[in-house]
Amino acid sequence: MRSIKQAITVTLVSLYTIPQRLSSAVVAVIGIMGVVVVFVAVLSIGEGFKKAMTNAGKTDRAIVMRSGADSEMSSGLSGDAVDIIKQMPGVKHDGVVPVGSGEMFVVLDINRRSSHTVSNVPLRGVDATALAVRYDAKIAQGRMFTYGTNEVVVGRAANGQFEGINVGDTLKTGTKEWKVVGMFDTGGTVAETEMWCDVRVLQGVYQRGNSYQSVLVRLESPSSFDTFKDKLGSDPRVDVQIKRESDYYAEQSTGLTSLIEGVGYAIALLMGIGAVFGAWLTMYSAVVSRTREIATLRALGFGSGPVLISVMGESVFLALIGGAIGATLAYVGFNGYQASTMNWQTFSQVAFGFAVTPELLTRGLIYAVLMGLVGGIFPAVRAARLPISKALREL
Amino acid sequence: MKYLFLIGRNLLRRKTRTTLTFLSIVVTFLLFGVLMMLRVAFSGGVDMAGADRLMMTNKVSLIQPLLLSYYERINATPGVDYSTYSSWFGGIYQDPKNGVFEFAVEPETYLRMYPEFKLPPEQLKAWLADKQGVIVGEDLAKKFNWKIGDTIPIQGTFNRPRGGDGTTWQFKLSGIYTGDQKTDKTQFLLRHDYLTESRRGSNGEGLTGWYLIKVKDPAQSVAISHALDKQFENSEYETKTATEAAVAQGFANQVGNIGAIVTRIAAVVLFIILLIAASQMSLAVRERTNEIGAMKAIGYTDGHIMTLILAESVTLSALAGFMGLGLAWVFGKFFAPSGGFLPVFYFAPRDIALGAGLAIALGLIAGAMPASAAMRLKITDALRKV
Repeated sequence: MRSIKQAITVTLVSLYTIPQRLSSAVVAVIGIMGVVVVFVAVLSIGEGFKKAMTNAGKTDRAIVMRSGADSEMSSGLSGDAVDIIKQMPGVKHDGVVPVGSGEMFVVLDINRRSSHTVSNVPLRGVDATALAVRYDAKIAQGRMFTYGTNEVVVGRAANGQFEGINVGDTLKTGTKEWKVVGMFDTGGTVAETEMWCDVRVLQGVYQRGNSYQSVLVRLESPSSFDTFKDKLGSDPRVDVQIKRESDYYAEQSTGLTSLIEGVGYAIALLMGIGAVFGAWLTMYSAVVSRTREIATLRALGFGSGPVLISVMGESVFLALIGGAIGATLAYVGFNGYQASTMNWQTFSQVAFGFAVTPELLTRGLIYAVLMGLVGGIFPAVRAARLPISKALREL
Repeated sequence: MKYLFLIGRNLLRRKTRTTLTFLSIVVTFLLFGVLMMLRVAFSGGVDMAGADRLMMTNKVSLIQPLLLSYYERINATPGVDYSTYSSWFGGIYQDPKNGVFEFAVEPETYLRMYPEFKLPPEQLKAWLADKQGVIVGEDLAKKFNWKIGDTIPIQGTFNRPRGGDGTTWQFKLSGIYTGDQKTDKTQFLLRHDYLTESRRGSNGEGLTGWYLIKVKDPAQSVAISHALDKQFENSEYETKTATEAAVAQGFANQVGNIGAIVTRIAAVVLFIILLIAASQMSLAVRERTNEIGAMKAIGYTDGHIMTLILAESVTLSALAGFMGLGLAWVFGKFFAPSGGFLPVFYFAPRDIALGAGLAIALGLIAGAMPASAAMRLKITDALRKV
């Protein structure tokens, strides 16, 4: 009980005296702040990308591609196969019409707004039931394209990242022209980086006859997936693979997400080591400059435990301040920051916003405390072990 | 020379502090090295693209094909030395995450186009003799422990074989190419003629993904590109020709800001850490004020004092900096995470030189302030201070 009281008193004394050692304390705070900013900011890239990809996938939708294809890009399905797929049990119906969309997926070269360099922007040909299948998409500006024409609608994120695709613009690719008549919103998912047009028009433009690349169907309920998969998978007329849409996008996001997380953790670890040395130095000089004060406390009867705790306490306190400032800076500076990158599976661009989640902020603070603990431990032990008589004699 | 002892003693005065400062500088420069390697890796080999090589793709997008019949017309275009063609094969080795990227190429002209891919002559002969043969880069071969003569099953996606189970291609490893550190040694090259003959269906018949064109005079690249594109204007397969470097740069831009953002954020922090290290070194000198006064009193000149202090801080930061850079080099050499996403990963000499310069500059900057203060110090003031 007494030593707890002592620990609190001594820790308060160290905290009160921080202003006297301000410049060295600032060094530790800034070091840890920097690490936390980088740690949180880099991980928020991976988090944002994952969010854009996984929110796009709904559990009550299934995507059907040719077996062996790893993405829509490398898939191909005949018109007959598409009809068979739509007729399978488990598919939701709107009256008598199955809610399924046979689709084509190509990329166009369009300039990025920021760098004016070419990017692969996906253009998806969709069926007349498209908006019923993609119930999360809303037309936010203009109108839906008219089937049978060369009109397109663009996603909000695509519009934000790429040039010349505002509502009202005419987009020239090769010898073809597309008229942008509307903009849609899917709540920031990967679909928003796409442009949509009538699949039959797209088939004509790309001389694909009556062939498609994938079918996206809306299921009666998430649980009808198994029925749908069993029936379709065992149908000898088609050779396809069936995936829940949520799984399909989750798989696509793993490659890049783990790369970013790997890079993020590696950089944060290295920088963390640097910051620990910084905190260590700060606490070490704090202990050195307070040698006589600590020795006096010891001579008055304060135990070595409370002294140790007070040094650790100060170190963690400084680390927390650094961590909190760092986390705030990361949040203010990076949350929602719009960027786009290449999704290698579909060879096309994905636009997404950096996501600084509460969970990431917590991780950043925990990391800061860890750095404070590690940086404080050796100086704390040194302070606790200070030989009283010798220390009192010191200048 | 006679001051070396003094510098050494000063550095060792507070061993803990010197060690900590030293270590934090080591870590900072190790981080610097890793970031530079990442930057090179993210830029996707822009450096290795030759200026005398052009790449011709479909104008609509790289994924749209071109006619194989363009080959003769390209070669007949004035200024063109020779050309080769290549297609994206799009197969999977065991798992898409393995990141094995296969290209169908015409062996002889392709290797002539890329002399940096070194393939032993007997392996080239074996490849030319075997249509099912493939060659791979040594990094890729090492990753999957492939040996010459191995059969490598590749699952086709949009390209599917006529025989077998209808999805799996069986390739024979004819050769393993090597190259210097700048060369992408993760490619998987199969023969275009084999793909054409053995592919199921008529998809892609008479087509190829893109052309690579060697020009006689790199200064004429732009004019030749225009002439080439002009030839195929208004056809069903319009073309877009640019130098390989421009295409690689465009690709790097597509992967985008991510690489740039990561390096930029970290560069800022690197700078902060350097400031911290500098302030620690300054602190070490400020503590010795009265000692410096004493030295001046016994006859050391201002110049001596300044040189001593600068030498001390430069010694510390240069030693630590070089050690950090060395560690980074070792990391790049032996632990590089080169794989599908980052095919080239190495510490460029240019970046090593930059790092070394930074290490020395850090020492000078960190030493400059306390050194000039010490120089201006009046003996009487210094000695009065406790």
